Amino acid sequence: MLSVTNLKVKYGNTEALHGISFEVRQGEIVTLIGANGAGKTTTLLSISRLGPPEGPRIVEGDITYNGQSLLGISPHEVVSRMRMALAPEGRHIFGNLTVEENLKLATYARTDSDRIKTDYQRVYDLFPRLVERRKQRSESLSGGEQQMLAVGRALMTGADFIMLDEPSMGLAPLLMYDMFRALKELNGQGMTLLLIEQNARIALQFAHRGYVLDTGAIVAEGLAQELMNNPDVKKAYLGG
Amino acid sequence: MLETIIQQGINALQLGSYYSLIALGYCLVYGVLLLINFAHGDIFMVGAYIAFFCATAFLGKFGYIDPGMPGWIVLALTVPLTMLLTSGVGVFIERVAYRPLRLKGANRLYVVITALMMGIVLEYGNLAMLGASRKSFPTLVPRTIFEIGGATVTSLKLAAIVTSFLVFGLLQWIVTRTKLGMAMRAVSYDKFAVPLMGIPLDIIIVFTFFLGSSMAGLAGLLYAMNFPVLDPFMGALVGWKAFIAAVVGGIGDIRGAFIGGFLLAFLEVTVAATFSSELRDLISFTILLGILSWKPTGLFGKPRTTKI
Repeated sequence: MLSVTNLKVKYGNTEALHGISFEVRQGEIVTLIGANGAGKTTTLLSISRLGPPEGPRIVEGDITYNGQSLLGISPHEVVSRMRMALAPEGRHIFGNLTVEENLKLATYARTDSDRIKTDYQRVYDLFPRLVERRKQRSESLSGGEQQMLAVGRALMTGADFIMLDEPSMGLAPLLMYDMFRALKELNGQGMTLLLIEQNARIALQFAHRGYVLDTGAIVAEGLAQELMNNPDVKKAYLGG
Repeated sequence: MLETIIQQGINALQLGSYYSLIALGYCLVYGVLLLINFAHGDIFMVGAYIAFFCATAFLGKFGYIDPGMPGWIVLALTVPLTMLLTSGVGVFIERVAYRPLRLKGANRLYVVITALMMGIVLEYGNLAMLGASRKSFPTLVPRTIFEIGGATVTSLKLAAIVTSFLVFGLLQWIVTRTKLGMAMRAVSYDKFAVPLMGIPLDIIIVFTFFLGSSMAGLAGLLYAMNFPVLDPFMGALVGWKAFIAAVVGGIGDIRGAFIGGFLLAFLEVTVAATFSSELRDLISFTILLGILSWKPTGLFGKPRTTKI
């Protein structure tokens, strides 16, 4: 489905990814784990085609989705044409809009009104908390609810591939497990997920496969179970 | 006494409608891009000139069109054409002056300075092309004079006032009720996440400049019909004042900008009527200063909160 080959990207003159390759197959949950600054967010921004000033510049390699290269297309087309969504780090919800407006905005480029209706239902079933908060300005939501909204918004774009950047950030452990259970449920409905986490333990617990990123290079890969038992990964990312 | 109050009230409403129409444009662009578009007052001036050239062309002064077209048809053609061409100027400025800086991630200061320079370029570009002589705007429709409670109001004044309220209503509808308006509000809060919703950011920004500039063009046309002498610097002071009015009203909210425009006009007219017109700006702006130091976000402004 998604295949990244020999991807090199730069911020200004600094190379942030030194030629990484990985793939995500349909129906999988794949996680990229690694320390702060390893290049995880950079990877997702590259796939979303968010370039400078905020994002990196791709200098070499290719990103293809269902056989089509993403290099020539603009960020909004990644969403509207390729049906790939990103729930970005720090959530970036539109705090001045209500919960409902945030979700509605994500359908901006869609014309399949029947599916939009069922997608609303899907989001509200997955995150019942959002139903109660529907008419509230979303900046008044708690951190956990904002994260639900960010994921819900990604769903509302009509994507069948969602990238998640640190969905557990700032969440209390209980809420974090709720979030991952929701993601698992989504995956059960056929959604392909690419997940970035600093919390490697929980990510590997829920993912099928994983890649370990270290300062811009992939240093280990395998089934999530294998990575969890890999002594090096254990030592570096799972606290021994 | 009552007549004077009504008369001054009408004058203030008329003046306020120009300020408000211009302030709305400042407010839209600021709201969406956090850019103070200092060229906006000069776009109002360009709008007045475009209206002048449209109207005189339709009247047959340049020989392309047979003279003798009735004035109201000329006006009906001039209004949309002026708005369209003026918005073209605004969109062009965004494209050549502001967008390159935005794509390079330039600090907002440099964009604001670019806007200031753009304003000067428009003023002196006009001066260079058309010379220093003033243009006088043709009379398109005869002035009908109405009487309200002893005070008089011309059809043109009334048109300016009614238009500004209609435009405000339309704009409020666009911003709060349409998908495009929702996208504009989203851009104002978080530009980064807008493309992630499948929304083409550049198109929303172009649309914003389109709306703002077309309103400035409309204001220029109405202004020129009521005060039919045009010169290249007519937009500078009016633009500044409209900007200040927008800030005092609360620049993040179009209601604030709209009401701010009328507030300033009422202050000016009241001061000029009670004291003298020389003290007009001094006293009115002192009062505005007071309002801002009491409520720095403006009357309608809300401080923004973010959650980590």
